[in-house]
Amino acid sequence: MALLEARGVNVVYEPTRGQRIWSVRDVDLTLEQGEFVGLVGESGCGKSTLGFALTRMLRPPAHLSGGVIRFDGTDVASLTGERLRRARRDGFALVLQSGMNALNPVRTIGHHFGDVLKANARPGDDLSRDGIGRRAAELLEAVRLESAMLTRYPHELSGGMRQRVSIALALSLQPRLIVFDEPTTALDVIVQQAVMDTIKDLQRERGFSAILISHDLGVVLEATDRVMVMYAGRIVEDQPARVMTHGLHHPYTEALLGCYADPRADVVELGGIPGSPPDLSVPNTGCSFAPRCPLTEDICRSQDPPLLSLAPGWAACHVRARVAHVEEEVRSVR
Amino acid sequence: MSASDVQTLTVSGVSKVFQVRGRGHRTVTAVDDVSFAVAPGAAVSLVGASGSGKSTLAKMITGSERPTSGEITFGDTSVGRLRAGGLRQLHRRVQMVFQDPYGALNPLHTVEYTVMRPCQNFLGMSHAQASDRVAELLETVGLVPAAQYAAKLPHQLSGGQRQRVIIARALGSDPDLIVADEPVSMLDVSLRAGVLKLLAELRRTRGLSLLYITHDLLSARLITDEILVLNQGRVVERGQTKQVLQHPTDKYTIQLLNAVANPFADGSGRPANGSKATNGRGTT
Amino acid sequence: MTIITSVPPPQAPGTAPPVRIGAASAVLGPLRFIGRALRTLWSNGKARTGLIILGLIVLAAIFAPLIAPHSPTATNFAPYKGPSATNLLGTTGNGQDVFSQLIFGARVSLIVGLCAGALATLVAVTIGLISGYRTGPIDEVLSFVTNLALVIPALPLMIILAAYLQGRSVWTIVLVVAFTSWATGARVIRSQTKTLRTRDFVTSAVFSGERLPRIVFRDILPNMTSLVAASFLAAATAAVLAEASLEFLGLGNPSTVSWGTILFAAQQQNALLTGQWLMVFAPGLAIVLLMVSFTLINFGVDALSNPRLREK
Repeated sequence: MALLEARGVNVVYEPTRGQRIWSVRDVDLTLEQGEFVGLVGESGCGKSTLGFALTRMLRPPAHLSGGVIRFDGTDVASLTGERLRRARRDGFALVLQSGMNALNPVRTIGHHFGDVLKANARPGDDLSRDGIGRRAAELLEAVRLESAMLTRYPHELSGGMRQRVSIALALSLQPRLIVFDEPTTALDVIVQQAVMDTIKDLQRERGFSAILISHDLGVVLEATDRVMVMYAGRIVEDQPARVMTHGLHHPYTEALLGCYADPRADVVELGGIPGSPPDLSVPNTGCSFAPRCPLTEDICRSQDPPLLSLAPGWAACHVRARVAHVEEEVRSVR
Repeated sequence: MSASDVQTLTVSGVSKVFQVRGRGHRTVTAVDDVSFAVAPGAAVSLVGASGSGKSTLAKMITGSERPTSGEITFGDTSVGRLRAGGLRQLHRRVQMVFQDPYGALNPLHTVEYTVMRPCQNFLGMSHAQASDRVAELLETVGLVPAAQYAAKLPHQLSGGQRQRVIIARALGSDPDLIVADEPVSMLDVSLRAGVLKLLAELRRTRGLSLLYITHDLLSARLITDEILVLNQGRVVERGQTKQVLQHPTDKYTIQLLNAVANPFADGSGRPANGSKATNGRGTT
Repeated sequence: MTIITSVPPPQAPGTAPPVRIGAASAVLGPLRFIGRALRTLWSNGKARTGLIILGLIVLAAIFAPLIAPHSPTATNFAPYKGPSATNLLGTTGNGQDVFSQLIFGARVSLIVGLCAGALATLVAVTIGLISGYRTGPIDEVLSFVTNLALVIPALPLMIILAAYLQGRSVWTIVLVVAFTSWATGARVIRSQTKTLRTRDFVTSAVFSGERLPRIVFRDILPNMTSLVAASFLAAATAAVLAEASLEFLGLGNPSTVSWGTILFAAQQQNALLTGQWLMVFAPGLAIVLLMVSFTLINFGVDALSNPRLREK
C-alpha cells in the first residue's frame, strides 16, 4: 500500500472580499514508502498550497474542497482536532522556507527540542532532561551540527544552521513523510548546496518519504527520484528524475528546461516563456497552458487533458501523448 | 579630458570598514581594497554570495555609503565626497535597478507616477512632456500598450512586469551608468530571459554602461563581458566573463559555479532532447 | 536572445482607464481621497455601523436648533421635573430642558473630540515622521520628549493645566487634551516611519531625484494612512472622554452646554437622589455612543492603506 494516496485534491482560496481562486485543481498524487518526490513549478502554480494541503496545514481563507488524502490507509482530509494532531505526530512533518524564522528568538535551541518532544510524547519516551538532551544531540548530529548548539540562541546561528535546526526538529518525531517547502530558497547560494546534500543524505539514510517543493528545477532533478511539474494548479507531468533532461515532455516542462543553461558552455542559450499563467479565479476550458504553447491544436482548446501516458511516466498533453502512442504502435508493428 | 572620461566609473583601492556597536571595538571589513573600472558602454559584473561585499560596493558607487578609504570617481565627479545636492546630480547619471520587484515600487503610486518623477526632477519636464516620455519608456521596456500600463498599480502587475517598470524608471533621467543589483534573482526563471535581454538591448541601443551585481553566474555570463569575483570583500578573480567561467582559478569561483542550478550535468549547455518547444532562442 | 514580452491581460474594448491629466487631479485629489476612504470604510460591517452612529450624532449637532424642542439655556421650566411631554428627559435644577441640552451638547463633544484628536494626531505625525526618518541627535531628543510625555499621567496633567489656564473656553479644553495625548501616536508613527524608510521604494524615490519633504509626504505618509487614521480615531475617542471628565470636574466653562456639563450639573444637583436618573444616564450613554462609533470605524481603517481598494 502506498504511503500517501491523494485523490481529487482541490484547494480553494476564498477571501471575504474578492474572487474565489482555485489554487489546486483536481490533483491525484501517490507516494510510496521511501520515495523522494519533487514538486516543481513557478509562482502561483499551487505547489506550496498542495504541500500545505497534504499536511493539513492550510489556513483560512484557503481550504480543502473535496478530495481524499489517505495517509497509511487513514483519510486525513476528514480529521480534525486531537485526531489530526495525532496523525501529524505519528506521520508527517513540514519544513518551511522560512523555517529558520520559525524559531523562537528568546529560547535556546535545546528548548525547542524539549518543546516538540514533550508536546508529542509517546508512552515510553524518556522525557527527562538528559533523555531529551541526548535525543536532541543525536538529531543535531544527523544534520551535521555540533551538540554545543543546544545552548545557543537562534540569532547566534547563521541562516543555514537555523534551517538545519528546523530539519532536525522535523526529524525528531521520526515522521514517515517530510514535506520540504523551498527549504533552501532563502539561504545564501553557496549554503544551499550543502543543506540540500544533507537533506538528500538524510532521506537515503533514514528512508522517510519526502516531497521537495521548489521553483528550481536544477535542485529538484539533483535530489529527487521522481519529479512532478505543476502548472496553474494542476500536475502536468510526472516522470522519474533521470529521464527529465532528454526525450519528449510536456511543452511547459520543455520550456522550463530551456530556461536553464550551463554558464561554462561555449555557446549559451537562454529561453523564456512568453505570456503569463492563467487567472485562477476563472474556471478554464481546455488546457491551461494552451495560450502559451507552441504545439496547441484544436483539441487542446476544448478539452483539458488529464495525465496521459508518456512512458515511463505521465504528461497532461494531448499532442505528446498521441505522438508517443503512435511511436509505440510503430515499434510494436516492427 | 576627453568626452569618454566623463562617463567612466573608476573605483580605486576602495575599502569599507564598519564599526560594530557594542562591547569592544569590533570592526567588520565589508570591502577590502577593490579596484576596477567601467568604461562607457561596458558591462561588468560583480559576483559573490552574500557577505562578499558586492552590495556595499554598489551602495558606495551610488553614493548611499561613503568609502572608508580609496576613491570612486564617475567621470570628473568624486563620488565619495558628495553631499545631498551633489548626490542628486549623480543620480541623474548613475541609476539603480533594484532586486525586489515587490518592494521597490511604492504600492500606492501608479506606474506613470513612478516613471515620471525622474523625468520631471532631472530633465525639468512639464507634466505633459514627462507623460509622453513615460509612454516612450514603457514601450522601450516592452510594456505595451503603454497607456494601459501607465495607469496600473504595482499589485496589478506580475513580477516581470514590475521589474520592467523599475528599469523604465531607471531610464527616466537618461543615465550613463546603470547599477543593477540582482535584478532577476527574485523572478521566476521563465521571466528572467526577457529582463536580461532587455538590459543587454538597452546597453546596445543607448550606449549605457552596466554594472551587474549578482550571485548567479549564468546571468553574468549572458550580459556582461567582464567579471570580478568577490569573496569577503576582496577580489579573488577577474577577467573576461567567458574565460573566467570556463577556466576558473580560484576555489571560490568554482564553488559559485557549482552552485548554479543546472539540470544538464553534461555541460553541453542545451537540453539533450532535440525538440525545442520555446519560441526562439538567442545566443551570447 | 529574443525579447519575450509579457502579454497584457485581455481587456474588453473601451474599458482601458485613461491616463489622468495632471492639473485637475491636484484639485480633485484630496476630495477623491476622502470619497475613496469613505467607500472603503463603508464596506466593512463594523465601520459602517460606526459611521452611521457618528453620522446621526453629527446630524443632531448640525441641526440642533431644528431638532431640539427648546433652547438649552432657557430656564423657564419647572425645575427637578421628571420626563414629560414637553421635557422628554426632564428638567435640571435651574429649570432647563435636559433633552435640548443633550442635543446641543453634541456640538461641544464633537468639536472637542474631533479637533483635539486632529491636533494630537498632527503633532504625533510631525514628531513621529521627523524622528523616524532621521537618525541621530534629532531622533534622540524627540524620542526622549515623547517618552517623557508618555510617562506623565494624562488626567492629572490635564486637570492641573485646565485649572491654571485663564479663559475657560472649549478651545482651552481642546489644547489641553491634545497636549497630553499626542505621545502614543508619535511612538507608533516613528516605528512605522523607520520601517518604511528602509524599503526599496524610498531608496528608489531618492534615486528619482525626490527631495526630502516630497519623500516624506508623498511616499512614506500615504503608506501610513491606516496608522494615522487609527491614531486619530483613538485620540478622538480619548478626547471625548477627557473633555467630559474635565467638564464633569467643573474645570470647563459652566455656561457652555455639553454632555460633561450636564453630568456636572447632575452631580451638583444630586440628580440620582431626586430620581432624575435620566439626567445621568442620557449624557453618559451619548458619550459612550460617540466613543464606540469612533472605535467601530477604527475596525475598517486597516483597509485604507491597501492599494487593492484603489482599483476602479
